[in-house]
Amino acid sequence: MLIKADPTACVGAGQCVLTEPTVFDQDEDGIVTLTTTHPEGPAAAAARTAVTLCPSGALSLVEHDT
Amino acid sequence: MGLVVAMAEAMTEFPVERRCPFAAPPEYDRLREQAPVSRVRLGGGTEAWFVSGHREGRAVLADPRFSSDRRHVNFPLVNADEVTRERFRSQPPSMIGMDGAEHTAARRALIGEFTVKRLAALRPRIQEIVDGFVDDMLAAEEHPVDLVRALSLPVPSLVICELLGVPYTDHDFFQRRTSALVRRSEDPQVRQRSFDELRDYLGELIDRKAAEPGNDLFSRQVTRALADGTFDRDATVSMAFLLLVAGHETTANMISLGVVGLLDHPDQLAAVRADPAKTPLAVEELLRYFTIVETATSRVATEDVTIGDVTIHAGEGVVVSGLAADWDPAVFDHPDRLDIDRGARHHIAFGFGPHQCLGQNLARVELQVVFDTLFRRIPTLRLATPVDDVPFKTDSGVYGAWRLPVTW
Ligand code: HEM
Ligand code: SF4
Repeated sequence: MLIKADPTACVGAGQCVLTEPTVFDQDEDGIVTLTTTHPEGPAAAAARTAVTLCPSGALSLVEHDT
Repeated sequence: MGLVVAMAEAMTEFPVERRCPFAAPPEYDRLREQAPVSRVRLGGGTEAWFVSGHREGRAVLADPRFSSDRRHVNFPLVNADEVTRERFRSQPPSMIGMDGAEHTAARRALIGEFTVKRLAALRPRIQEIVDGFVDDMLAAEEHPVDLVRALSLPVPSLVICELLGVPYTDHDFFQRRTSALVRRSEDPQVRQRSFDELRDYLGELIDRKAAEPGNDLFSRQVTRALADGTFDRDATVSMAFLLLVAGHETTANMISLGVVGLLDHPDQLAAVRADPAKTPLAVEELLRYFTIVETATSRVATEDVTIGDVTIHAGEGVVVSGLAADWDPAVFDHPDRLDIDRGARHHIAFGFGPHQCLGQNLARVELQVVFDTLFRRIPTLRLATPVDDVPFKTDSGVYGAWRLPVTW
């Protein structure tokens, strides 16, 4: 699973960081950054939840990237 | 179809007064069952679309074709008297009333102040503040104690004062004016005066920050804007106004209601006390259950947009009721059950889309610290009156309690 974050869409609500701080972070200006693009195990499940919680549509998943 | 049925009966007037803190108005269920997008009447005789479904509510709030511009003639204002409309037209909007690129710029100037990490760093200070007010409660000689005065209002007020750089000694001044402003039954002239006095107060405060910047959010904003030549006093006052008002009144009411909710559900309270790791879950569920701000998530369509089976035409007003959405049984099974284990994070008590509450993670930390500390340090806390006698804020834009007598 590949996770993508679009910094131009992010509104800095921090829902992703709250959900999975091992995958998502915010830079000094509050915009999303990714610690990893390929979360695994429980972090992958949490990242999936974060995608559904993000209010701005900034996060997306690619299930089968090659 | 739903529209025809809804029109055949007397049209529901929004917002419906809550008869009881432990139930969303049954009218919302009835409307949602007919159609997740229906029609309501607003005070003043105007009508608007009414969104009561969770999926549809999120769809509206995430869609850039809906505007937050409160100056638009069809924006569904609950207090739609002329004084209120004129007030929105006469001042530059804060970010909550902006759209698109303008909103993005205003919000981005602030989100660095509200990151999850910045707020986590505030937790020790918030703990200290809560402990201080609980110490005072425990030292009180007279019982019962009014929790609103003793804890609910002081905690978020002091926290936001320190963050923004507002002198806490002025708390009575801004708390009273805020409460008048959001109270629907308040005389429009009194609301207007409250608004003017708060703006004047913040204007002077901003001038002082410009002259002598301190280590606080207002000073940082003013200093940055002065440095890059974008300083606009009126717009800065609008920003300051939004942060001060939204930053204390909402969290205060959530503290009072959260305490009522947990005391009324001893099994849920016991679960939180047995495992403080559950407190964040409890906070989310309490936010969902009470969804205290129902009138901020309104919009006006700038183009024709289809939501569910309904086409909302350009220029028409839309009210998204977070309360109705957060009690949508399709998303929250048995919404009338306060169940901290359900996992309620996808509630829209903080809204959704680009305007989702900027202060949500501050509110979360405050609520978590308050509930943990209060029930740990005063384990026998109980209401000093039957819950039916608590004066709930049925006529306010932010639901809550006017007073909450407690004892232990
Ligand atoms: C439990 C407490 C709170 C609740 C229930 C709440 C609720 C909301 C809601 C529903 C919105 C969305 C309005 C819309 O869609 O137009 C919002 C926006 C906002 N809230 Fe809160 N809020 C809370 C606490 C706070 C705090 C502590 C602050 C502190 C600064 C704050 C600042 C804001 C701001 C600045 C906005 C506008 C964001 C934007 O337009 O981009 N709120 N809040
Ligand atoms: S949840 Fe979405 S909007 Fe919020 S910080 Fe993360 S990516 Fe940005």
